[in-house]
Amino acid sequence: MKICYYPGCTLKTKAKDLDVYARLSAEALGVTMEEIENWQCCGAVYPMARDEIATKLSAVRALDYARHHGGKLLTLCSACHNVIKRTNEDMRSDKDISSRANNYLALEEPYRGETQVLHYLELLRDVVGFGELKKKVVKPLNKKVGAYYGCLLLRPSGVMAFDDPENPTIIEDFIRAIGGTPVVYPFRNECCGAYVSLKNAELPKKRSAAILESAKEKGAEEVITACPLCLYNLQVNGGGILPVRYFTELLAEALGVKE
Amino acid sequence: MTREEQKENLLRMSGTDVRKCMKCGKCSGRCPAYHEMDIKPHQFVSLLAQGKIEKLLSGKAIWSCLSCMACVERCPRGVAPAAVVEAVRDTVVRMQGANGIRAEDIPPIVDELIPQQLLVSAYRKYNK
Ligand code: SF4
Ligand code: SF4
Repeated sequence: MKICYYPGCTLKTKAKDLDVYARLSAEALGVTMEEIENWQCCGAVYPMARDEIATKLSAVRALDYARHHGGKLLTLCSACHNVIKRTNEDMRSDKDISSRANNYLALEEPYRGETQVLHYLELLRDVVGFGELKKKVVKPLNKKVGAYYGCLLLRPSGVMAFDDPENPTIIEDFIRAIGGTPVVYPFRNECCGAYVSLKNAELPKKRSAAILESAKEKGAEEVITACPLCLYNLQVNGGGILPVRYFTELLAEALGVKE
Repeated sequence: MTREEQKENLLRMSGTDVRKCMKCGKCSGRCPAYHEMDIKPHQFVSLLAQGKIEKLLSGKAIWSCLSCMACVERCPRGVAPAAVVEAVRDTVVRMQGANGIRAEDIPPIVDELIPQQLLVSAYRKYNK
């Protein structure tokens, strides 16, 4: 199957591993990720103020493109996923935002949130299936791995509808499917410190260290994430307590497609 | 703008109903930036409800909020404290000369590993 894919700015630069291993793995699982044409950076943070319109337009353009090319839009970076999914909800349910955005874009047909936004992990769980994934594993992980969810995939749960925001299981199920042992630790859905690290690095230092300590204490040998900013904070501000990698790298290893 | 107009504007930008707040403090209890904040998440909500705009606009907590949405997730009354924080932050950075980060601040702090996502998100949050 083919699916429209929105990579985002960081996956073309500092987070190439997240992107490359996702594509290789998807091919091995029978899914071709087709990068959409002329995508623009999503802005990396969802603009919460109800009068922010221009900052949402790049997400709407991507969503509208996907509507005409299969109806689904695959995301991989947690931040892109958060921005695009929340913007999609605005286009569906907020008349003011949707009419202003449509008025500006003047699309052939107004966009009203028709596209289904799917994160790569949701693709694995809901389209491929963790059971099918397990059958394709050639090199089981055999490691204790801590899933780091962070904020962006889970919250606000009413819109993201990704998993239980307080007790998620999708990444643990993923770890099990690729032959690893998931380590559940209390800080896995706590914020790493996000963009504040450019303003005041002390806060991300405390947050990221607390997350890695918590994972280590429960026996994790490494931690995985789907977010380039989480990876940066955990690696640079987390004090090197545990190694941190993108979940797609482990997936590619397990499927035997890591080059 | 009169104070009443500023209040109306903040309410509209936040899109949340601050009158629903029952002052339970769950939002602040869950906030990972609580210790760095001079105005706590529940106080953003109550100060806006009371129309204490000068106090809101002069606070420093807007620079520490992580937009992690934990407060929103926890509120039993469906209030979104994070949206009030964002409305206040946007109101401040939209004023002339009040950006929390400027283009010239960036080069000296950029290291080799910084992802584009961090530069874009900090700029979106702190600069208009
Ligand atoms: S969104 Fe901001 S105010 Fe709310 S819990 Fe997170 S850091 Fe605290
Ligand atoms: S959790 Fe909700 S109701 Fe309780 S103090 Fe915070 S905003 Fe008010």
